[in-house]
Amino acid sequence: MSTLETAAHPERLCRVAIDPLSRVEGHGKVTLLTDRDHHIRQARLHIVEFRGFEKFIQGRPYWEVPVAVQRLCGICPVSHNLAAAKAVDQLVGAPEIPPTAEKIRRLMHYGQTLQSHAVHFFHLASPDFLFDFDDPTAHRNIGGVMADYPDIARQGVRLRKYGQEVIRVTAGKRIHGTGTVPGGVNKSLTVQERNYLLTDLDLLIQWGRNIVKLVKQAYALNPGYFTHFATIRTNYLSLIGADGALDLYHGGLRARNERGEILFDHLDYRRYSQVLREQVKPWSYMKFPFINSLGPEQGWYRVGPLARINNCDRIATPLAEEERREFMALGEGQPVHVTLAYHWARMIELLHAAEAIRELLLDPDIFGDELVARGEMTREGVGVIEAPRGTLFHHYRINEDGLIEKANLIVSTTNNNQAMNESIRQVAEHYLDGKELSEPLLNQIEVAVRAYDPCLSCATHALGKMPLIVELVEEESGAVVDCLVRDADGTFHSSY
Amino acid sequence: MSEELGFTLDGRRIPFQDGQTVMAAALAAGVYIPHLCFNPDFAPHGSCRVCLVKVNGRFQASCTTPAASGLTVQSETEELRNIRRGILQMLFVEGNHVCPACEKSGACQLQAVAYYVGMLNPHFSHFYPRRPVDASHAEAVIDFNRCILCELCVRASRDVDGKNIFAVQGRGIQAHLVVNTPSGKLGATHFSIHDKAAQVCPTGAILTKHQGYNVPIGQRLYDRKPINVVGDVAQLPESKGGRRHD
Ligand code: SF4
Ligand code: FES
Repeated sequence: MSTLETAAHPERLCRVAIDPLSRVEGHGKVTLLTDRDHHIRQARLHIVEFRGFEKFIQGRPYWEVPVAVQRLCGICPVSHNLAAAKAVDQLVGAPEIPPTAEKIRRLMHYGQTLQSHAVHFFHLASPDFLFDFDDPTAHRNIGGVMADYPDIARQGVRLRKYGQEVIRVTAGKRIHGTGTVPGGVNKSLTVQERNYLLTDLDLLIQWGRNIVKLVKQAYALNPGYFTHFATIRTNYLSLIGADGALDLYHGGLRARNERGEILFDHLDYRRYSQVLREQVKPWSYMKFPFINSLGPEQGWYRVGPLARINNCDRIATPLAEEERREFMALGEGQPVHVTLAYHWARMIELLHAAEAIRELLLDPDIFGDELVARGEMTREGVGVIEAPRGTLFHHYRINEDGLIEKANLIVSTTNNNQAMNESIRQVAEHYLDGKELSEPLLNQIEVAVRAYDPCLSCATHALGKMPLIVELVEEESGAVVDCLVRDADGTFHSSY
Repeated sequence: MSEELGFTLDGRRIPFQDGQTVMAAALAAGVYIPHLCFNPDFAPHGSCRVCLVKVNGRFQASCTTPAASGLTVQSETEELRNIRRGILQMLFVEGNHVCPACEKSGACQLQAVAYYVGMLNPHFSHFYPRRPVDASHAEAVIDFNRCILCELCVRASRDVDGKNIFAVQGRGIQAHLVVNTPSGKLGATHFSIHDKAAQVCPTGAILTKHQGYNVPIGQRLYDRKPINVVGDVAQLPESKGGRRHD
């Protein structure tokens, strides 16, 4: 781990109060600590979200949890639903659910992945890929994309909508659906629903290919920038299919180190706590998970599209597999550590999700009527899923009456916590010029955070509009020497 | 037989029989008046006030007002709609009615009546009471957070099941549902999910355990038609009410 995250003499450093109350609602907050020569000593991303998840659910009946947890996160409710549902399957003694049920859940999950990746790319990230870096900010946004690339903008909207339709058909609603039940699902598909979802799907897959191409082109135009921007060498963690293929719904845990060597493989995720630990740091509400055997300094890792593509041996759908091979060539036998390659990996997954949906829609099992399995009740269940943003853990223990006694959730963004801090520090080192915080620096911090697609409310704003507070604190005096705030309407003001 | 007895409800003539209430006569004639604590199988209780109407210009609960010849009753007026909406809003903020996370959603009478009276937000500030869930019974769970004190379970258990399992204790804002055992736990009673008391709750306060959201959205009781067309959950066969599915 970088020594910049924790300075040598913290007592001399900062009295930067990380006071969530004084924090502007919905703003991401970054504190940069500099020494006398204006070198960055620490970079910290303060996150106050996700508190109270576990408390909220205590004392509630386990069978309502998969639907209730969707309310805890407006950003990827389906992922929480499915991770909790998988934990609940274990509680009702049905770790294996009927094939129809699993395929319906997979459909729901790929629908969610498709829509989430589409929103992220088209609404939040595409201006970065379509416009030059010196493009005026006013134009470098989704409005600019719509004006200059109306086809691409339209495709983004259609892909997102399609993903939402897959969710609606399988879960009953686009948000707060109720498709999963303990041990299975409450409905399968009708032939009409299947036919409806098949319409135009081939076209959408073609669009998926085009988007991957677009990202590759942008990369090729400016390889220096892409390769180095916010890039850090890390470990990677993800689920992996039994055959080593990319699997977003189910599998064992696989971790690789920065050289790509396997740290553990096909590990039953119910034993996750044996390999992962979470560190609490006094300055952050969000924990810092790490791979136990490597310790907190070396053991932090990345999750999400980049980790998954780096980790898997292959992708089961042909078009995405072709893209994976080309992508991996970048690493020359090692993982691809390029932070901005998250976007590329994400679009490979979007293509894979679209292909996987087609395969599932052509599988007769989705019409089946064996929807639920039940067995001997147990008191503990762990559900893990590859959410669009990365590995998501739900762990529940119930009492003898079936009420939640203890819950532990590790959300994707928490898994990437240390990595986001490291990437911000890396960017700040490059772009901080002297004593003053500048708008370009803030923009670059945004681009770094955005690559991870964190589920923070600040990250749901359009490019150039991520509400951010960046503070510059002098190491020796502990004084805040500058503070720049950008609000959600994109306006800057210095609050120093 | 002489001329049929009748009163007018929103300008329409409603026939009635001696001893019927305004509510009972209206429902028998196929005219819906919103209600929560009323259930035709039980003596009226008059506690929720959702069934408020104007009888000859005076506010009355239609479920307890005896029908009489020549009455002029108003129900679907703007004024009454506003009052009913206010009552619903108070019921919602007094408990914890989190529809998106409730299994009963879509087949809940409280929710359906709220839609019927055009309630779109809670308006008042929430009380957010903290009431633990009682899951001590093997088959059923009581979530007191969703109880609106209609006393239908109290009446059903006492009058039909002969078990007298439930009671309401305390007064005014302190009033709350209790289970009649020393421990206050449902698990210590002879309650069964086949009891009448298990079938009458207009909200999601008394539910069968281990089920989850087993009725898909779109097929739930009030997904397609409003309550004035569909009727009450408790009055429908289980298959339609969508409750049990074991
Ligand atoms: S539990 Fe249900 S039936 Fe009983 S008083 Fe409360 S709301 Fe009415
Ligand atoms: S239904 Fe008449 S007072 Fe409740």
